[in-house]
Amino acid sequence: MTDRANDDIVLEIENIGISYFTRIGEIPAVPDFSLRLKRGESYGLVGESGCGKTTVAMAIMNYLGRNGGVVKGSIRFEGRDMAAMSGEELRDIRGSKIAMVYQEPMSALNPSLTVGTQLKEVLVVHESVSDREARDRCVRMLRDVNMPDPDKVMGRYPHQISGGQQQRVVIAMAMLSNPSLLLLDEPTTALDVTVEATVIDLIARLREKFDTTLLYISHNLGLIVKVCDRVGVMYSGSMVEEGTIEELFKKTRHPYTFGLFDCIPTLGADKRGRTLEPIPGQVSLPHERPPGCAFGPRCKYFKPGVCDRGEIPIEHLDGSATHRARCLRVDEIEHVASSAGSEVDASDGEVVLDINRMSKFYEVSDISLAAILKGESTLYVKANEHLNFKAQRGRTVAIVGESGCGKSTFAKVLTGLETATEGEIVFEGENIGAISVEKRDRKLIRALQMVFQNPDGTLNPSHSVGHCIGRVVRKFGIESDPKKVRERVGEMLDIVRLPKEFATRKPRQLSGGQKQRIAVARAFAGNPSMVIADEPVSALDVSVQAAVINLLNDVQKQYNTTLLFISHDLSVVRFISDEIVVMYLGQIMESGAADTIFEPPYHPYTEALLSAVPIPDPDIEQKRIRLEGEMPSVLDPPKGCRFSTRCPRHLGEICDEREPPNQDAGGGHVIKCHIPLRELAQVEPIFHQKDAAA
Amino acid sequence: MVVFILKRLAMMAVTMFVASFIVFALMEFTPGNVASKTLGPYATKEQKDILFEKLQLDDPLITRYVRWVGVLTGVTKDPLQDPELGLGFEDPRGDRYFGNFGWSLKYRGPVNDTLWRRLENTLILAGIAFAIIVPLSLVFGVLSGMREGSMLDRGLSYTSITLTSIPEFASAVFLTAVFVLLLGWLPGTANMQNFEEWSWASQMVLPVAVLVLYDFGYVARMVRGSMVEVMTRPYIRTAILKGIPYRQVILKHALRNALIAPFTVILLQIPFLITGVVVTEIAFGYPGFGKMLLESALFGDITTVEAATLIAVFIAVSTQLIGDVGYMYINPRIRFT
Repeated sequence: MTDRANDDIVLEIENIGISYFTRIGEIPAVPDFSLRLKRGESYGLVGESGCGKTTVAMAIMNYLGRNGGVVKGSIRFEGRDMAAMSGEELRDIRGSKIAMVYQEPMSALNPSLTVGTQLKEVLVVHESVSDREARDRCVRMLRDVNMPDPDKVMGRYPHQISGGQQQRVVIAMAMLSNPSLLLLDEPTTALDVTVEATVIDLIARLREKFDTTLLYISHNLGLIVKVCDRVGVMYSGSMVEEGTIEELFKKTRHPYTFGLFDCIPTLGADKRGRTLEPIPGQVSLPHERPPGCAFGPRCKYFKPGVCDRGEIPIEHLDGSATHRARCLRVDEIEHVASSAGSEVDASDGEVVLDINRMSKFYEVSDISLAAILKGESTLYVKANEHLNFKAQRGRTVAIVGESGCGKSTFAKVLTGLETATEGEIVFEGENIGAISVEKRDRKLIRALQMVFQNPDGTLNPSHSVGHCIGRVVRKFGIESDPKKVRERVGEMLDIVRLPKEFATRKPRQLSGGQKQRIAVARAFAGNPSMVIADEPVSALDVSVQAAVINLLNDVQKQYNTTLLFISHDLSVVRFISDEIVVMYLGQIMESGAADTIFEPPYHPYTEALLSAVPIPDPDIEQKRIRLEGEMPSVLDPPKGCRFSTRCPRHLGEICDEREPPNQDAGGGHVIKCHIPLRELAQVEPIFHQKDAAA
Repeated sequence: MVVFILKRLAMMAVTMFVASFIVFALMEFTPGNVASKTLGPYATKEQKDILFEKLQLDDPLITRYVRWVGVLTGVTKDPLQDPELGLGFEDPRGDRYFGNFGWSLKYRGPVNDTLWRRLENTLILAGIAFAIIVPLSLVFGVLSGMREGSMLDRGLSYTSITLTSIPEFASAVFLTAVFVLLLGWLPGTANMQNFEEWSWASQMVLPVAVLVLYDFGYVARMVRGSMVEVMTRPYIRTAILKGIPYRQVILKHALRNALIAPFTVILLQIPFLITGVVVTEIAFGYPGFGKMLLESALFGDITTVEAATLIAVFIAVSTQLIGDVGYMYINPRIRFT
């Protein structure tokens, strides 16, 4: 290899093996992994959690903890072997030549040092510049990452700025000394979709400006399409398929990659149009990897005697220099994506839930001296204001919106954990808005059940699964005879497709997806007429997510239950729901049947949300709308339209001063906006197919 | 911030008020009436009756409490100093001044004569112990928390558990046996007299050592636990991967966060050291505050006990206030919300 070719390669990972050494012996987290990154390239690494993506990133940083290490192969950064570097040399490279952006910006920043201190030290340590110069350069960098008011932000503590701004600080910190390689570990997973869109734009712009090589780690295929040139799919510590975006998304070859595509909901189709196909089973643990293909046990094209023998090499496909896959049967497989949607029962139209101008205000006291002197020490947080919508039996209504829009507060009021401040919630003919859960009778509690986001926090770790489900059955008087209760528990486990033996297991013996199934079984065990699911799949991996979504759909159909699905993920919402309610800052901006929401006329906020959703299809183009600024504080919302401060289609004074009317677009589609419907209907759809010729 | 401190001061006043009432009530309810307790066991029946009359001990508890607070704050005259009674209770400070705690039966003089001297002694003892315990446990706690599971860490864990579980009287006896009886290097008592024979410093060594041995392990373990937790935080990883030298990562990024949790525990050692050193003071005959409290309680000297308890409560409450303000200072998440 000539010197010039070497110059172009920023990172070269050659057949590395990464192991952790624990009490049970050596655990080969990554058995064999190679990767080569050219200068200025953007590379995406995808796969489910536990596939070793982060381990690879940490190995590049040479930061594997005391019990981890690279056991074979080499990592060469700009031609230098990382393993041969002294502590001093390593420190020189970290933070200046290779920098990293983390998933959780809040925990990645030191809570007791100001943003300025944390930024400046990068320059002081690596370039020994004066404090004054460091400060100037940090402010300039903050301006580069579109931070509003950078001078002031320098003096703030991390908790005083929003999540999106924290991530900007982390990015600024990484870019300060102009690294040649930037590692991004799920950089936007913790952020809201509109914030994610702006952060992605920002990274793309910085990359162009500074010619940085990016290694993007993400489980979100839509995101990868937007930001990367090449993609690698990892499974159980190995690369299983690698190629350019075009190759990987359009000429997919590896069964695992197909599996990933088949289990993510997209904005193009809903439950009528297609089914999600979860990949069966789970990623096998590093020390329990099967011989042959690691994906074998979960692969529907698995052929005994072929796939379970010896090491399977990664081979170039169809003479392409970039497209490679690790599969022996790659030429025999003819993958057909399922397209059959499930039949959806027509609703009988009976309204189960009728929310009528429901509001929930929280009182907070302002203890600053000025507020007390002025006598304005009580403020109101308008978490929900004048909510209006209906839900019919057997239908799925989704509530979407970014964090802080009041969707969880609504769930709390509905379940009686909080009571409504005004308005009514008519559930099966009874106004329950003012009845707190302690005062609700058993019948009502039984009729309204909940599935929560984090199954770990909702299952009692010291009770068995059977006890947990059985308790619901007994308490709600479904059955009382112990034998019958056991039968019913078995039945419920059957419905959520878990073996009956699971009844004796404790939550810690289950995986995340299994726990969420138990949570679903628990919620449905008492034959509820309505189930509220608050972000039930957002903590789960894509394949598990698909399984749980399917499960919710099936169980709902079986019991003809009304499902209230609360989520921030528009693709999931598009797939599962019949009706959608879009919330912003405590108010409903738009509501209507699912398909009408995704087509014009759009509410300007919905339009912005849709344009920010990452789509895992390189052929679809999205209109680009980015929201400026931050969501206003709930303590001091805009006077007129709640969305007026960030609205890209802001009309003028009328939006700031007057509350917009609820305009009826027909068929129950309501848009709360000052812009006349006619004009709203004239916009182009957000999504369109790329021209085939282009 | 101002509002916060004002609020805490108000709460402090309320706490003092409630505590003083409870102390007063408890003392009044102990066997025997106040007149006989004031006069001691050798007084005649007549003398007691006169005093009972004079002090209007028939009045309800609340009235007597208000009167007691009046004397304490210097609003009313101390009835016991009335020459008519012929008790000979004379206070050079006069019979009406703020902080008049009354007459001590045990020490035969105004409580104020003994109280402050004893408190000063204890403050010296506690101060020296505190000045050794805090830096020592910070250093060891941080060093072992920095590398969890290292030799130093395990060594410290065993040592501190062992030391903390040895009661003070046991270590006092043990140290005395070794350094006084066996080696003869140090005096067996620390009565703060006879400095010609044993210097002040040599008298202080053993009491301080006992306190340090007892308390050091506890505080060090708190610091260690907090440090271990901080070291696993993602922001420490951020700092290391920013290329910051390890020393600076510890001093600048870890230490401050690691001190937030043990800060309160460290401050709580102040009231413990001041009132909780009874055992040590008794063991070495040290004329301190705790020993005074015990002696006067055994003697039935209610005025001294009341006074000492109030002082102890005051110390506890003010450390709490200092703790809260300091906590806000080191933890910006509380400071700005």
